[in-house]
Amino acid sequence: MAYSEKLVDHYENPRNVGSFDKGDDSVGTGLVGAPACGDVMKLQIKVSPEGLIEDAKFKTFGCGSAIASSSLVTEWVKGKSLDEAATIKNTDIAQHLALPPVKIHCSVLAEDAIKAAIADYKAKHGQS
Amino acid sequence: MADGNSDQIGGEVRPNIQLPIYLDYQATTPLDPRVLDAMMPYFTGKFGNPHSRSHSYGWDAEEAVEAAREQVAKLINADPREIIFTSGATESNNLAIKGAALFNKDRRNEIVTVVTEHKCVLDTCRHLEQEGFKVTYLPVKQNGLIDLDELRAAVTDKTVLVSVMAVNNEIGVIQPIAEIAKIAHEKGALFHTDCAQAVGKIPLDVGAMGIDLMSISGHKIYGPKGIGALYVRRKPRVRLVAQMNGGGQERGMRSGTLSPALCVGIGEACRIAREEMAAEAVRLDALAHRFYDKVKAKLPDVFLNGDETQRIPGNLNLSFAYVEGESLIMGIKDLAVSSGSACTSASLEPSYVLRALGVEEELAHTSIRFGFGRFTTEAEIDYAAETIIGRVSKLREMSPLWEMVQEGIDIKSIQWADH
Repeated sequence: MAYSEKLVDHYENPRNVGSFDKGDDSVGTGLVGAPACGDVMKLQIKVSPEGLIEDAKFKTFGCGSAIASSSLVTEWVKGKSLDEAATIKNTDIAQHLALPPVKIHCSVLAEDAIKAAIADYKAKHGQS
Repeated sequence: MADGNSDQIGGEVRPNIQLPIYLDYQATTPLDPRVLDAMMPYFTGKFGNPHSRSHSYGWDAEEAVEAAREQVAKLINADPREIIFTSGATESNNLAIKGAALFNKDRRNEIVTVVTEHKCVLDTCRHLEQEGFKVTYLPVKQNGLIDLDELRAAVTDKTVLVSVMAVNNEIGVIQPIAEIAKIAHEKGALFHTDCAQAVGKIPLDVGAMGIDLMSISGHKIYGPKGIGALYVRRKPRVRLVAQMNGGGQERGMRSGTLSPALCVGIGEACRIAREEMAAEAVRLDALAHRFYDKVKAKLPDVFLNGDETQRIPGNLNLSFAYVEGESLIMGIKDLAVSSGSACTSASLEPSYVLRALGVEEELAHTSIRFGFGRFTTEAEIDYAAETIIGRVSKLREMSPLWEMVQEGIDIKSIQWADH
């Protein structure tokens, strides 16, 4: 399968691989997917007191497209407010990485991961 | 290849290796140059139709085809008259299964096969189900082998054919063919075996093993693609309904003009296999162990799929827990291997063979088939092992599952969402 240069670049040189302390109040963690389906994404955001995402990290078990999709969104969410980050669409991810049709679900998962991380952060802070 | 052909770079010996390294010998094999040499004259000068009776072009071609038939027969201890040339193992399997089933359909209408058979056997059986046959698909044990008691229970006096492959194409395990044949014969059923992955790798003797029908592929044994053979027992005679109608070539079982070049190719491939099989098996066994030992020494949680001992030496199907197969393949572009995860295809389903073994989906997704063969060198094995170790380590570093396991979290205890 021929992948785009951007996708291969994110796979070969993934940005922001790693973990924050889940227990940290300023951290929101999203864990989506399932091992049986071949994709699990863990995406974490670190939110400043002003409500901006100042850092993001990911770990992904999945195909190259899944790794690239999660790497890309960690770049995209940085500097955004929670509301802005929540507007990232899977179609933007798929388009940016030129995902082949059978890999669109990877971008859907990445969108779910951001939403889950935001929801986790909000839950910690009594927001919904 | 690497011996005496090394470059000394910065104190480090770097053997010349051609990349990507071909480690997919169960998919196909390169033509042995000796086979090509034998074939060449039959494309141009000796181009005759082997079925032409009236001139030397035809006679020469026929002679070459018959000599090739003898080479194929010798490898499996058959009579040359029992060898039918076909276009490949898929056609041989179709002809054997449909041909035998349809010829006997008034007396017997049951077929017994195994869930881990090649798609062309399973699909042929499905087709026969639509024609009114009852097909039993036997499960396999965790090691990939069938339970002979289950086979015994499945074969009845209505069974026309038992079809079980000798060597599995994905995991390389060897089924107990002689015992299976015996069980089939006890109930008067015929025994067919798909030997595409077995011929030239393990000793096969149609007489001693009680095989009635055997499918053979050319391109799995360093011969050309586009040719195979079907062994059809003469004593007692196995009769088939032809699946191709025409001039009645190949004793009426397979019409169509033979390609002398391809026949010569599979014949020469069989000759070489017969002469070199024993020594080659020892060499491949050492290579496979070298590879497996290196990988196991550096990586925990690597699992071998299929029986540890009942296997051909040129196949290792390994699961690398906590990394995903396609991402692994993407990271080992220097190695031409295939993945047990079908993520590379459209279906996104893991291998049905690994699922049949009870390999959990998680592990099935992370499995890679390494196939070693005649042109695999020690230097290639070492390079491949290092490549795998490096990439698996890197992917595990970015795997949330690996992280959880290191933290002592039981992944199975987590409620995963379906998607």
